[in-house]
Amino acid sequence: MEEFFRQLADEAPRWNFIWMYEERQQGKILSGIWMTIKLSIACVIFSVVIGVIGAWLQGAQSRILRAIVQGYIQFFRNTPPFVQLLFFYFALGQFTPTYSPDGWLEVPVITNVGWAIISLSFFAGAFNVEIFRAGIEAVPESTVEASESLGFSRLQTYRYVVLPLAFRVCLPALNNNLVNLVKTTTQAFAIAVPELLYQSVTIWNDFPSAQNPTMLLLFTVYILLVAVLVFGMHRWERSMRIPGYGQ
Amino acid sequence: MNLETAWTPDQPIVSLKDVHKSFGNLEVLKGVSLDVMKGEVICIIGPSGSGKSTLIRCVNALNDIQAGSITVEGQEVHDPNLDKLELRKKVGMVFQQYNLFPHKTALENVMMAPLLVLKQDKAKVEERARALMAKVRLQGKEDSYPGELSGGQQQRVAIARSLAMNPDVMLFDEVTAALDPETVKEVLVTIKDLAQEGMTCILVTHEMGFAREIADHIYFTDRGVIVEHGPPATFFKEAKDPRTQEFLSQIL
Repeated sequence: MEEFFRQLADEAPRWNFIWMYEERQQGKILSGIWMTIKLSIACVIFSVVIGVIGAWLQGAQSRILRAIVQGYIQFFRNTPPFVQLLFFYFALGQFTPTYSPDGWLEVPVITNVGWAIISLSFFAGAFNVEIFRAGIEAVPESTVEASESLGFSRLQTYRYVVLPLAFRVCLPALNNNLVNLVKTTTQAFAIAVPELLYQSVTIWNDFPSAQNPTMLLLFTVYILLVAVLVFGMHRWERSMRIPGYGQ
Repeated sequence: MNLETAWTPDQPIVSLKDVHKSFGNLEVLKGVSLDVMKGEVICIIGPSGSGKSTLIRCVNALNDIQAGSITVEGQEVHDPNLDKLELRKKVGMVFQQYNLFPHKTALENVMMAPLLVLKQDKAKVEERARALMAKVRLQGKEDSYPGELSGGQQQRVAIARSLAMNPDVMLFDEVTAALDPETVKEVLVTIKDLAQEGMTCILVTHEMGFAREIADHIYFTDRGVIVEHGPPATFFKEAKDPRTQEFLSQIL
C-alpha cells in the first residue's frame, strides 16, 4: 500500500498522497480529524443546550430576559460567524486571565480551541433557539393547559410535555443546522485551531504536490462526518416516532 | 390568610359570586353566581358564545377574572397568593379535545401527574392507574398511544387521568362535543358512573337528554349571565324566560 502511493507520487507529481506513506504527515491528518470531531461534538452539545435554555427564556415573564435573548439571537444570526470568531479570540481574548505554569510562560485560561467552541456554539445556538421556539409554538396551547390543570409546574410542563413534543417537530430543522455547524468548524482555522483544514493547509504548503489529494481527502472526510451525524439524527428521529401521531 | 380550614362540607364546595370576566373589551361573564354542594351534579347549558366554557375554566384558574369571587372548598381561587397546585389537586378537568399527551401511552398519561406532582410511589401509582383504566372500561389499552385510540377511548383516558389526582370536583368542558355519535354514549356512561359514586361534577354540555338524566340542577346561560336555573324536572317543562324557551325549542 505505502509502496503504491510512493510510486504514484513519483509518476504523477500532482497526486502525492503523502499522508499515506509518511508517518509525520499522517499524524497531522489524524490529529486534525480528531480535533474536528471533538470540536463538532462540543459545539453540537453546547449549541443544543443554548437552544433549549434560550427557547425557555423566550417564554419567561421578565421582559428584560426576553429582550436579552432576542438581542443575542439578532447579534449572532445577523453577523458572519467568521467575524464572531475573530472578535472572540482577538478582542475578548485580550481580557482573559492568564496563568503561568513555570514563571515564564503566560498561558491564557481559555485557549484558541476554547474560544472556537464558545464562538461557534453561540453562533449555532442562536439558530437553535429559533428552531426550538418554532417547535414549541407547534405544541397546542390546549395540551399545555391540560398539564397545567393537572398541577404541573411551568418547568415540569416544559420538560415533560412541551420539549418532547417540540423536539419531534423541530428535528429536521435542527438536523440542518447541526450539519452546517460541523462544516463551520473549519473556520476555526483562522485562529490556528489545529483541526483538519488547518493541518491540511500546512501539509500542502510544505508539499504543493500533495494539494489535490489533500483536498480530495478534506471533502471525503466532511462527507463522512456529516453522514454519521445525519445517520444518528435519523435514527433518533425514528426512535421518537409516536404510533398514530402526526402521520 | 387561610380560609381553607373554615370550610365545612355543608357549605358549597364551589361557589361563584358575581363573577365578571372580559377578554379585552369583550365582557364574557357579566355577573355570574352559582353554588355547588358536595356530591352535586350540575349542568350548564346555553347557546355557543354564552360564556359556559369560560365559566368553568375560571373555576380552576385557567382563566382569570376581573371582579367577583370564586371559592373552592372555601379557598379563593383568584387570590394572587393562591397555591395553584393545591387548587388543581382538588379540581380535575376534562376538555373537549381530550388533550392527552400524545407521546405517552394511555397508562403513562394516567400515571404522570401522581408521579410528578404528588411524588407518589411508582408501584402504587401504577396499581391505581390500572384500576382507573379498568374503571373507564379500557382494560387492554394501557400500552396504546392516544393516536391509536378512538375519540371516545381517548376521552375516557382523559377522565382516568384527571381521576388519578383524586380530585374533589370534576369539570367537564363539552367533553362529548368532538365525538362521533356512537362513542358519545361510552363517555357519558363513564361520567354517569362517577356521578352516582358521589363525585361533584360541573358539566358544560349540549347533551340535553343526558343533562336531564344526571343533573341535580341545570343552569342556562346566555350572553354572559345565568338566565334561569332549576332542577331538570321543572327546568325543561316550565322554563319561564323567553330566551330559555327559544333555546329549548331549538334543541329539543
